[in-house]
Amino acid sequence: MEDEQSFSDICGGRLALQRRFYSPSCLEFSLSCPRITLRSLTAVTCTVWLAAYGLFTLCENSMILSAAIFITLLGLLGYLHFVKIDHETLLIIDSLGIQMTSSYASGKESTTFIEMGQVNDVVINEAIYMQKVIYYLCILLKDPVEPHGISQVVPLFQSAKPRLDCLIEVYRSCQDILAHQKATSTSL
Amino acid sequence: MVLKAFFPTCCASADSGLLVGRWVPEQSSAVVLAVVHFPFIPIQVKELLAQVQQASQVGVTVLGTWCHRRQEPEESLGHFLEGLGAIFSHKPWFQLCRERGSKSWSCKATHWQGPASPAASGEDQVMLIFYDQRKVLLSQLHPPTALPNRQAGDTTASAGGLAAVFDTVARSEALFQSDRFDEGPVRLSHWQSEGMEASILVELAKWAAGPVCLFLACLLSLISAASACRVFKLWPLSFIWSKLSTCEQLRHRLEQLTLIFSTQKAESPAQLMRKANMLVSVLLDVALGLMLLSWLHRKDLIGQLADALIPVADHVAEELQHLLQWLMGAPAGLKMNRALDQVLGRFFLYHIHLWISYIHLMSPFIERILWHVGLSACLGLTVALSILSDIIALLTFHIYCFYVYGARLYCLKIHGLSSLWRLFRGKKWNVLRQRVDSCSYDLDQLRLLVVAVQGLIHLLVDLINSLPLYSLGLRLCRPYRLAAGVKFRVLEHETGRPLRLLMQINPLPYSRVVHTYRLPTCGCHPKHSWGSLCRKLFFGELIYPWRQRGNKQD
Repeated sequence: MEDEQSFSDICGGRLALQRRFYSPSCLEFSLSCPRITLRSLTAVTCTVWLAAYGLFTLCENSMILSAAIFITLLGLLGYLHFVKIDHETLLIIDSLGIQMTSSYASGKESTTFIEMGQVNDVVINEAIYMQKVIYYLCILLKDPVEPHGISQVVPLFQSAKPRLDCLIEVYRSCQDILAHQKATSTSL
Repeated sequence: MVLKAFFPTCCASADSGLLVGRWVPEQSSAVVLAVVHFPFIPIQVKELLAQVQQASQVGVTVLGTWCHRRQEPEESLGHFLEGLGAIFSHKPWFQLCRERGSKSWSCKATHWQGPASPAASGEDQVMLIFYDQRKVLLSQLHPPTALPNRQAGDTTASAGGLAAVFDTVARSEALFQSDRFDEGPVRLSHWQSEGMEASILVELAKWAAGPVCLFLACLLSLISAASACRVFKLWPLSFIWSKLSTCEQLRHRLEQLTLIFSTQKAESPAQLMRKANMLVSVLLDVALGLMLLSWLHRKDLIGQLADALIPVADHVAEELQHLLQWLMGAPAGLKMNRALDQVLGRFFLYHIHLWISYIHLMSPFIERILWHVGLSACLGLTVALSILSDIIALLTFHIYCFYVYGARLYCLKIHGLSSLWRLFRGKKWNVLRQRVDSCSYDLDQLRLLVVAVQGLIHLLVDLINSLPLYSLGLRLCRPYRLAAGVKFRVLEHETGRPLRLLMQINPLPYSRVVHTYRLPTCGCHPKHSWGSLCRKLFFGELIYPWRQRGNKQD
């Protein structure tokens, strides 16, 4: 079953959280980031072309204008393919692991999967980000050498950057599944 | 308790039968490797499994039953299937069932308590994970952090989660040897059951590789024995050999070729990748070199180059002399230290005079030498580039001398100024000559350009030497061979049915491919990179265009 809620990120943009409940042991959260606006696109294009036209009046070389067009197109394609993230998905499967997928605006998807044996816990941390103090959700990985130590912190939803209310929703569901998994693994 | 069953996608359309695979109790997961079809004789199935277990060191057993029917199985079939559970006893016993032509699956895992109390058998939930058997078999998993106690030659399958699944499938090749056209006692279904996958070219290459490798290995050992003879160890020759980058490059290539054509088989996948990378790199190098050679000969560039060399050298020497005359006077109105100016200026002028005489002496032989040097391009583009770099070094030796003197004096001046700055910040202030002395004038653009070009050529040769082309090609064309991990996708789900997931291979990013499979270079410029080159130019540290003694790899 599926449901959708609306939240906001740390800068005030609108985020949509979609939750899909496949089974008691499998849950998927999908957070979609604010889209690229026409205003920002027009602003960047106009700046680049004004600068190119200024250079053209100085140098009288028409190659500058074609170069500016190429740069704008390539820059836009590169931005959509490598930088702009459309939505981020978190899939938790009990006794298998946690998978994070980032889908870019051009359709490219980049996935990371962490096995349940390496996951110590999922927590909400505080961090100082520029001039703000923000909350973020992260996975703590087990240290192979020391049984109760932590070797790495993997932050989640880094591009979407949701606020605490959204994080609490995700956190509660993750903890349910992790608790269930720990109960069944200790009962073996 | 949720159990996981890894099921190969190729068996999803197979007929009913027995599930054969490995049970991993630590992960509570079952890896299904093949399906044994009816009719079969249980003794023969057990024999086959014992054989496979012996050959592959993987604990292959019968895990359960697989049922692919038009409708729900009847009562009698249900009892027959449960009866099989008594013959091949395995805890837990899986019963997978699928209706033909539909997407609804059902599976249950029972713990058989014994014929005395069938009602007390417990049932567990099962999660189905589909995987592509061929891709998982051929793939090599690259864990994110290299565990310190991971050995390459483990005889038992490792127990690290998904690595266990990959390992099980990779080791069970003995099970996949028979296809459905074989007349054996047991009929199996797996990824190769439609026919063994093989290629005529690969088989021919394997057959021919033996004698070819032997022959080339003998030839290469002869060459290395000849090059290691005592004559070349005498002092003037050994000094020249160690300084020329051509000799270093040739030695590096010889080592690589010896490694490629050695008659020992590669022990681990990493060694195999390294051999393959070296081979592809050598082939590409030779191909580029031959292209360069054909281009040079077509346009008769060598003759033109030889004719143009002497006038260019004369012109450069004249320009340098004019520059020195200008600097010995009052350049840009600056007043210089007259005595030091004259000394350095005359010293450099004498250098230029010597060099011009040397060039004029060599002029009749230039074309012959260039023609023979051009032939060396068929050994590889890197060799041609190294020779070019050596020629530039030899022809511009005088410029290099000027650069050394100028850079040393500039460096001294910079150090002196910095120590003065420290002194100024302290208690005493010594009023020394703060003015810019004659030797700290800017280096001539020509000198900078020549030294920078030499540095760039060396970096290019290093890049060509160390780039793992075969691994990059593999990542581009067969991305499932180099795996960074896996990714899961949830398939259509109906309530009441088991959860079905599709496991796909997540390929390794290009940066990690280059980082993991980078070939070792000859170690002659370990500290050089593009950033350090610029830094050295700016601070006046010397750049050595020749190989340094003691930097060679053992």
